Amino acid sequence: MALILTEEEQLLKSSVSELFKSKAPIAALRKLRDNKDPLGYSKSLWKEMANMGLAGLTIPEAYGGMGFSYVGLGQVMEACGRTLVASPLVSTTLLSATAIQLGGNENQKSKYLPNISDGSMIVAIAIDEGRHHHPDNCNTTITDGKITGEKTMVLDGHIADKIIVSVKNSVGDIQLVVVDAKSDGVAVEKIEMMDSRNLANIRFPNVVVENILDSYSGSYNLLENVLDIGRIGLAAEMLGGIQEAFSRTIAYLKERTQFGVPIGSFQALQHRAADMFGEIELCKSVVMKALKAIDENSQDLPKMSSLAKAKLGETYKRVSNEGIQMFGGIGMTDDEEIGFFLKRARVVQHTLGDTNYHLDRLAKMKSY
Amino acid sequence: MEKTTSKKDLKAFRKETREWLDANCPASMREPIAGPEDVYWGGRNSEFKTPDFKIWFEKMHEKRWIAPHWEKKYGGGGLDRMEYKILTEEMTKLGCRKPLFSFGLSMLGPALLKFANEEQKIKYLNDIVDAKIRWGQGYSEPGAGSDLANVQTKAEDKGDHYLVNGQKVWTSYGEKADMIFCLVRTDTEVPKHHGISFLLIDMATEGASTRPIKLISGKSPFCETFYDNVKVPKENLIGTPGQGWDIAKYLLTHERQMIGGIGETHVPTPVSDVAKKYLEVKDGMLTDNFLRSEIAKFEMDEAIFDMTIERVIDEAKAGNNSGALSSFFKYYGTELNKRRYELFVACQGLDGLAWEGEQFKNGAIAKQFCRTKGNSIEGGTSEIQLNIISKRILGLPSR
Ligand SMILES: Cc1cc2nc3c(=O)[nH]c(=O)nc-3n(C[C@H](O)[C@H](O)[C@H](O)COP(=O)(O)OP(=O)(O)OC[C@H]3O[C@@H](n4cnc5c(N)ncnc54)[C@H](O)[C@@H]3O)c2cc1C
Repeated sequence: MALILTEEEQLLKSSVSELFKSKAPIAALRKLRDNKDPLGYSKSLWKEMANMGLAGLTIPEAYGGMGFSYVGLGQVMEACGRTLVASPLVSTTLLSATAIQLGGNENQKSKYLPNISDGSMIVAIAIDEGRHHHPDNCNTTITDGKITGEKTMVLDGHIADKIIVSVKNSVGDIQLVVVDAKSDGVAVEKIEMMDSRNLANIRFPNVVVENILDSYSGSYNLLENVLDIGRIGLAAEMLGGIQEAFSRTIAYLKERTQFGVPIGSFQALQHRAADMFGEIELCKSVVMKALKAIDENSQDLPKMSSLAKAKLGETYKRVSNEGIQMFGGIGMTDDEEIGFFLKRARVVQHTLGDTNYHLDRLAKMKSY
Repeated sequence: MEKTTSKKDLKAFRKETREWLDANCPASMREPIAGPEDVYWGGRNSEFKTPDFKIWFEKMHEKRWIAPHWEKKYGGGGLDRMEYKILTEEMTKLGCRKPLFSFGLSMLGPALLKFANEEQKIKYLNDIVDAKIRWGQGYSEPGAGSDLANVQTKAEDKGDHYLVNGQKVWTSYGEKADMIFCLVRTDTEVPKHHGISFLLIDMATEGASTRPIKLISGKSPFCETFYDNVKVPKENLIGTPGQGWDIAKYLLTHERQMIGGIGETHVPTPVSDVAKKYLEVKDGMLTDNFLRSEIAKFEMDEAIFDMTIERVIDEAKAGNNSGALSSFFKYYGTELNKRRYELFVACQGLDGLAWEGEQFKNGAIAKQFCRTKGNSIEGGTSEIQLNIISKRILGLPSR
């Protein structure tokens, strides 16, 4: 498949960009932060996104979704990245809906997916248990339909209606189970993050399971498959943030004068900018290729996902650092928005594995 | 209008192509290239290193796949973009070498196609495809490197010919070149970019001479080139007098793509394979952690650079032309190749540093390592590419 967007995907991209520009600019995130908004996202925006079909974008039409490609979801993620939209799209649509689609049986899909599609149900996914991403380190256990354990870094954990939890069963396999967030014992501790979004640590002391997602028929394992798709979606979001931060930086280089000339005429800055331009060209390619790999059900998905997450993490770090540096003093102020990209860059690159995690994974795939 | 082939025909074309290549490409022509002496360059004094070189060249020549995408009247195969892409992909898969390496094919040809008159095209393009003429590039001069428009080699209009006087330098394979395409100054009264012309000079002409320069790789593949009252026929001028700078720049975009590795059919040995062969591996992991992470980073960038070539070609086909990107490809591709050889040497230790001796392939790796340092200088340095990206793509102001 050619590495370009279809007309439909192109159209989707421009309409969501318009929506976010008017309804969810960075100012909206700033407001949520300054108001210490208990939800951390705008309900009305999420409603509007759901009405546009975004909440169920990749969910089949039979379950109330749009049946759109992941390349399409990638375009939405990219647009979110540009204005740093805080919404349940990552937790609910990208990760949880994907998990249910891949691992759920008919009943389970009918139970959850239509509610996700219409925006009425928020689902979080709880997989990590420490400070760093290590999905294999799973000590949460399941016995007699009840789970016990502690999960960390759960995106949107404090607002979720349902939580998908990774657990180790009696034979040592990792499974994904669905828990109702209101079940007895579920203890949610919300954590404010640097990027003004929320993560939660959640305790599950002998909590009743609602469903086990045990109908996966893919080629590796459900959790890794879901994570790989999630990583690629996050990489698409990062691509949006990188491009936005970069174009703001370039605009500033043209606008700010010192020594009687625009600072963009200084070669020391030009070369760093030109070098970043090249890295961003690479980012665009790997994200596109990885999104296509999801839609094509490619054998290379793990590799593509790690390539994308590693490269985008590295580049977002660089571009967000250079953004601050090239803005000078004003870049350090809270009034100037460039700092928001630095903060998001660090949190998103940490989420589902940072650059080093994925480089290590790539090396292991090639046995070195 | 460019001809386009239907999807179904393309499938058939791919199959036929693979079968034909597999049946006709000798095994030794599927081996990695050991260096610039290990390819066929053509020219008046050309030699085939082994009979396989001859067989492969002649087969491909007969098939009209020396310049597969040029029009037939110019000696090409008349393939459209998709067919050409498929041929390149299939050659890459089988590891087939290019049958002819030639600055005529990769640099001069595209410029002639755009700027030469019909008579010149018929003559010179066919000669390139037939490997009759080996071409050299006469751009750089002692005072005109990065500042190429500063060329001083003079060509005076003498009615029926130009009289050329001056000196070129860094002319790759200058002593082996039959003809050299040169940037010469035909007008000193106008601003420097406007007084340059593009002239084809036969090195057999009286007054033309070369002197080799030895490189850090121990080899002398390039020359100083001298022109002392050399008479060049008027019909050897390409384009119009004063158009030389436009032609030069156009040609450079092709040269940069070539140096950046675009269209290459030869896949380099994976660095991690070399690492596993030469270094200690425990539990499926290299014990040298620092090198391991450097290799992983390199292989990430290498894989994604290839995807970028693919994406940009796909976008160009869909009509989004990204012009100045050749500077990015040149910059990134050459810096990447330098990293690759740094890692080869690091992985191989002693074997990668030895300069002579049969068991070390006569220092092939060490010598290639040295040679790669020129990648980011030849064809316009990395810094010049970054200047071009800054100005032409990012629109940053000049001082
Ligand atoms: C292996 C090899 C093969 C070659 N083959 C040929 C050939 O066949 N034909 C031919 O004509 N030429 C050839 N060249 C010459 C090549 O094109 C020049 O060497 C190159 O353009 C640089 O010019 P220079 O050597 O004069 O370096 P200089 O221009 O003197 O550059 C020296 C340093 O200054 C930097 N610099 C210069 N200007 C700027 C600027 N504006 N901004 C920032 N930095 C700057 C450069 O990047 C470089 O780091 C070859 C060179 C090599 C290494």
